[in-house]
Amino acid sequence: MDTKYLFKRHNTYWVKVAVPKDLRKDLGFDLRTSLHTHELSEAQKLREAVVEDFKSQIFAAKENLKQSNGKTPVKTFMPVTDTSDPQYYHKVVDCQYACPAHTPVPEYIRKISQNEYTEAYMINWESNVFPGILGRTCDRPCEPACRRTRTHEKPVAICRLKRVAADFKDDVSDLLPKAPDKSNGKKIALIGGGPASLTVARDLIVMGYECTLFEKDPQAGGLMRTNIPSFRLPEEVLDAEVDQILSMGLKTKFNSEITSLKDFLKKDFDAVFIGTGAPKGKDLNIDGREDAEANIHIGIDFLTSIAFEHIDSIGKKVIVLGGGNTAMDCCRSSLRLGAEDVKVVVRSPFSQMKASEWEIEDAMEENIPILENHVPKKFLHEAGKLVGMEFQKVEAVFDDKGNRSLVPTSDEPVILECDDVLVAIGQDNSFEWIERDIGLEFGEWDMPVVNPSTFQSTHPKVFFGGDAAWGPENIIWAAAHGHQAAISIHKFCQDEDINDRPAPGTNLVSQKMGLHEWSYDNDISQAKRFLVPKADQDTALKSLKIEVEKGFDANLAMEEAQRCLNCDVQTVFSEGLCIECDACVDICPTDCINFMFNGPEDEVRQNTRIPALNIEQDLLVSKILPTKRTMFKDEDVCLHCGLCAERCPTGAWDMQTFLYEEAKVYS
Amino acid sequence: MTYIVKPINHHPNLEKNALGLTRRDYEGTISTLCAGCGHDSISAAVIEACYDLSLASDQIAKLSGIGCSSKSPSYFLNQAHGFNSVHGRMPSVATGANLGNQDLLYLGVSGDGDTAGIGIGQFMHAARRQLNITYIVENNGTYGLTKGQFSATNDQGSKSKYGEENVLAPIDLAAMAIQLGAGFVGRSFSGDKDQLVPLLKAAMKFKGFSLIDIISPCVTFNNHVGSTKSYDHIREHNESVSSLDFVPIGQEIKTSYKEGSKVDLPLHDGAILTLEKLSKKYNPLDKGLAVQSLNEAEKNGKVLTGLLYINPEIKDHAEILNIADTPLNQFSDKELCPGSNKLAKVNASLN
Repeated sequence: MDTKYLFKRHNTYWVKVAVPKDLRKDLGFDLRTSLHTHELSEAQKLREAVVEDFKSQIFAAKENLKQSNGKTPVKTFMPVTDTSDPQYYHKVVDCQYACPAHTPVPEYIRKISQNEYTEAYMINWESNVFPGILGRTCDRPCEPACRRTRTHEKPVAICRLKRVAADFKDDVSDLLPKAPDKSNGKKIALIGGGPASLTVARDLIVMGYECTLFEKDPQAGGLMRTNIPSFRLPEEVLDAEVDQILSMGLKTKFNSEITSLKDFLKKDFDAVFIGTGAPKGKDLNIDGREDAEANIHIGIDFLTSIAFEHIDSIGKKVIVLGGGNTAMDCCRSSLRLGAEDVKVVVRSPFSQMKASEWEIEDAMEENIPILENHVPKKFLHEAGKLVGMEFQKVEAVFDDKGNRSLVPTSDEPVILECDDVLVAIGQDNSFEWIERDIGLEFGEWDMPVVNPSTFQSTHPKVFFGGDAAWGPENIIWAAAHGHQAAISIHKFCQDEDINDRPAPGTNLVSQKMGLHEWSYDNDISQAKRFLVPKADQDTALKSLKIEVEKGFDANLAMEEAQRCLNCDVQTVFSEGLCIECDACVDICPTDCINFMFNGPEDEVRQNTRIPALNIEQDLLVSKILPTKRTMFKDEDVCLHCGLCAERCPTGAWDMQTFLYEEAKVYS
Repeated sequence: MTYIVKPINHHPNLEKNALGLTRRDYEGTISTLCAGCGHDSISAAVIEACYDLSLASDQIAKLSGIGCSSKSPSYFLNQAHGFNSVHGRMPSVATGANLGNQDLLYLGVSGDGDTAGIGIGQFMHAARRQLNITYIVENNGTYGLTKGQFSATNDQGSKSKYGEENVLAPIDLAAMAIQLGAGFVGRSFSGDKDQLVPLLKAAMKFKGFSLIDIISPCVTFNNHVGSTKSYDHIREHNESVSSLDFVPIGQEIKTSYKEGSKVDLPLHDGAILTLEKLSKKYNPLDKGLAVQSLNEAEKNGKVLTGLLYINPEIKDHAEILNIADTPLNQFSDKELCPGSNKLAKVNASLN
């Protein structure tokens, strides 16, 4: 199959030409364009002209550069890879690299496959604080990054394996760190009781800080409690992991909403962390909004009311507006409250809905229809009571720059009957309680100005994290922010430079056990991704409390864990030992290894055994070898099967486990 | 020895040949030879060549004798026919097979012991008879399976792993084959696939006896300082006589060589072999010069590689002996037993 310069995206063929390093500032990493065809033969025909065009663009840019430099450019060579930079091998572990908290994913998956659930749980707990919760609710940035997706398979079910670790662990209370007997005398206030604040508390309590949590609700947990329905996250799982932190010695002030930061700062705290989330649901101010007020609800407020059992019923016909995860939770909750006809209506095309793929699937499995391309126009009401909604049908049109606009079609307006409407079209931050004259600067969109690496605001004592820092994200981001903010708060309280960030902990250990034996299982599983067993739907739909997903059992977990490619077991190359016998080149199942002459990166990438077109993936470049050639290994689809090392007569290739641990305040 | 099966997963952009097969489809089982064995590189080169030529595996027969080299047919073309014969007797089996069916491509895989030792008589007669076979010698100069004794191709003065010197002069299989009348003789190095793959392709397309003597270092017993068949020694002493391009039938010749250095040789099926002569003195069509050059190179401690000799006009054994083109298994009873009338005629003709 001749796919030179071609790649597939959403089943459509695209052309991609790599841009030489020195031109990337002007042209970007590569030039690419869609060929608007699903047919390979067609794409092959169209390719030539486009490639020519791209090459002439690159050539012109080169000429420009030459003129501006006033001298002929020297032929460039790819530099030798510096594997001592912790980020090189870290990037090879795609899942861990993609995770905001950089949880060592393959490490804990291996523990699961060895039935060491407690160890697997603790690896997670150390890194992301809420393994049981995240194992059910995480947005899983790791899964689309999984190497299995690049070998055209489904990713490893990383998230649900995390849940396995939480489900099957032993009692971990003895393994959790404790606060020191004596406090260090510094007092920290945490405003908002969500995952970000709880993470900061966990990290700082261990260091001897006295932390006090202020929460407007009667319980801690933040959106994890108020916005995630119990049928996705059972209350006992949530309570267990929140209590782990509360019981470390966190002082709590529940039902205490802070209404003025100015006054609050007068209290005796050395630093204040704000993790108040994005608690304000967006409203939809169209015709009839005020008249039908009684039956129009804001999605996240609706979910909160369910969580605190303030409501227990809803109308028979419900329309949910919005295409995000909150909308999915709203529609599924409505069904369980007794609604008989629930519809989700979104403005955009189905393919561009913001909700995670699996949450959309879950809603659809419960037979909830999703109507796409419907823009809400009016709330219809009779005698002060909501009776329906009017929508305009639209279609998505893209301009040359790829910007989308929704253009009304000539279809008649669509009228849908309903008793209740849930508006789940987005969330905003709410900082009315922060005065603007206290030295805390606000920037674009009325958001506080926060340093992206230290999480410090322009008021040196005040730190932000979670959704409060940069708008709505997921729990895993809040945990990642919390760790960083804790480091900053510690450094701030100890009068250290908070911009001086601690380096990650790394370790690289050979896995060689014998001539052809490794201490990891290098046989590549050919199994397809396993599905998580679910509760019987008829029963599940009757209660808000019955968890829909039952989780993997130990056997399924083992099988799924075997699908992990152990990307953290690195292929480490020692040029001094290589005799250039080609054994590794011949055995590599995915043709990653090349011995060839060095040159500019774009040239090297085109000349490898199979062109290395995925420029997001690095090439491992060796020092020059005795035959004047260089070893280039394309990290893109390496299976980490270790066959290169097994067939290497001199041990020039070795399989070494790379453990990367993001720095914490206590490390 | 590797315990796992080579994963079936392959690169998503792996290309396919005219038959719709990928290179991976031409593989065999995972090698049980020592890690780093030159023979594995040769297996990979055979895979590459068959893939490039879009050969159908069921039209190929792999024949071998005994030894490390003769194990290697297991490691490529697992859908081809195969026969692992008695030590040194592969040429006889190949001759029989060839007489029975001329349609298959015969790939003989042998080693220096199997060919230059126990099987040398068989080898010589196969060459002399112009047997239509691609005869690969995986030549490491040592008896690896019996712990590293010198073989008949080991150079005089070369040292064994244990330090003693070889006192006997070597057999040069390439020179011998040329003298015996083989139509295609090449020599290559397992560590140089750029040279080996086109050479293999040309040999497979050559009708008649084609020998490729491939120096293939034994990493376990013959890859030390003092050995003349180690990776380092061959790289230092390799002298290539020609650079080769095999252009299959119907394809345009694209390689541009320096004026006057290029020779185009048409093969039997219309494919073209393009040679760039790297040495002005060398001419692969000149039998006498080829043998002389080999002798000189040996004297100077050089290893001459590339296409050493070719005679594109040679007739193969089937043509010489006037053997029926149809494979035996395609004859019906009627043709095989033409009846008493025919017999009577034959008998009468003998009177």
